Amino acid sequence: MLLISCPNCGSRDETEFHYGGQAHVAYPESPNELTDREWAEYLFYRDNTKGAFAERWLHSTGCRQWFNMLRDTVTYEIQAIYPMGSPRPDAAGKVTAETGTASTAADSTTTGSAAPSIAATSTSPTSSTTAPEGATK
Amino acid sequence: MSADHLPEHPDFLWRNPEPKSSYDAVIVGGGGHGLATAYFLAKNHGMTNIAVLEKGWLAGGNMARNTTIIRSNYLWDESAAIYEHALKLWEILPEELEYDFLFSQRGVMNLAHTLGDVRESMRRVGANKLNGVDAEWLDPQQVKELCPILNINDNIRYPVMGATYQPRAGIAKHDHVAWAFARKCDELGVDIIQNCEVTGFVKDGNRVVGVKTNRGTINTEKVGLAAAGHSSVLAEMAGFRLPIQSHPLQALVSELHEPVHPTVVMSNHVHVYVSQAHKGELVMGAGVDSYNGYGQRGSFHVIEHQMAAAVELFPIFARAHVLRTWGGIVDTTLDASPIVGNTPVENMFVNCGWGTGGFKATPAAGMTFAHNIATGEPHRLNKPFALERFETGALIDEHGAAAVAH
Repeated sequence: MLLISCPNCGSRDETEFHYGGQAHVAYPESPNELTDREWAEYLFYRDNTKGAFAERWLHSTGCRQWFNMLRDTVTYEIQAIYPMGSPRPDAAGKVTAETGTASTAADSTTTGSAAPSIAATSTSPTSSTTAPEGATK
Repeated sequence: MSADHLPEHPDFLWRNPEPKSSYDAVIVGGGGHGLATAYFLAKNHGMTNIAVLEKGWLAGGNMARNTTIIRSNYLWDESAAIYEHALKLWEILPEELEYDFLFSQRGVMNLAHTLGDVRESMRRVGANKLNGVDAEWLDPQQVKELCPILNINDNIRYPVMGATYQPRAGIAKHDHVAWAFARKCDELGVDIIQNCEVTGFVKDGNRVVGVKTNRGTINTEKVGLAAAGHSSVLAEMAGFRLPIQSHPLQALVSELHEPVHPTVVMSNHVHVYVSQAHKGELVMGAGVDSYNGYGQRGSFHVIEHQMAAAVELFPIFARAHVLRTWGGIVDTTLDASPIVGNTPVENMFVNCGWGTGGFKATPAAGMTFAHNIATGEPHRLNKPFALERFETGALIDEHGAAAVAH
């Protein structure tokens, strides 16, 4: 079982938390202009990283607040815990932001908020519409 | 005992060849699906100059870690068609592969514990019958007659209100299934190459022309990905994305017991599935760990939860012991249905997304995927499971409909 350090409540058992999947997935800026392919990317495609992965967790039986976690998906080691709205705190976040690929882009321009709203977690304009080369049929 | 008295080593079931510099097709992943695909490529399509690349040892991933349940009682037409085809293949494969892998059609029961379960179950029985899948509804007394150790008292939190039953369903010895396919593949000339990890792909424009491995580059005209939990990693190497999330899925066995459990019992609602292996272990599994994971292990509270469910349903299990627990990496999709078909890369094909239920589909996955690789076009059975469905919206939503939670 993971021992998770909630930013508000301290270390608690994993059973108190719910998993929220990949962090930093931006709600489309202009939903009406998306193609079916872009909607598919936003709705169904998430990174499935082997290694350091930025993800959301909810302390559902504690403070009921969302937060972000950087966790290794092979060793399960928790590398960082940081607030919703903050950029991913490792080099990978910066590299991704610079190259502008997909949805791990650091949302450095958002203001901090613990609200579970998807829209509040990212404002990166490219993250919902950028498909890797070759992905568009 | 001295070495002189040891029995002769049995014959090896397959060669361990060095990879050739070029093949007509390369299958990535030497599990059940990869081996079945190679078998049907050779048998149905005459493609024998092919290789199966396995980064570890043969069938050491999910093929070695599943709970061996085989059934076809899925709700939707597309699923019933492919899983029922698989079941029909299971029924003839021991003879065709000349290998008795102990396919035991002892039936599978899916318990209903709430009024909602009862309605969903009866609906599924009706849908199954219309699709030619054997299915019946059992009341609690009939459940008890088929599986006397099940607790059908109404004084538990979620009493058994009935069950669906598929008599032709059952279990098989998973390792032997893999070995049966591997031996036949080998006989047909397929190279099974273990300890050969794919590290990249060679592309000419958008067409794949080779596979880079830790044992050198292999030229090939076609590549089939059958790597379950690692499908996303391979897709990324090839330059496209898959709507897959990899999760740990755990299972466990007890010590050996005399035969007490004559069938397979699955409960979606309290969430455990239980059978008794031929040797006597009670074999149990349940849902995935919620987080993404490639670690082939999960959290213990998930084991605890499924054992609590098992003990409530089978009070006799309270004095059994957990002998081993383990985890596999399952490739889940958001509609709980697989992805079998073409990819955005020319001549590269993918078979993945079988999530928590791939073992039962092994023969049909292999047959349809082989067809897709050989002809470049999907077989009618895997056509609905194309990657495009996430764009068109033609999802096959088996979440909650497939008789078990995922």
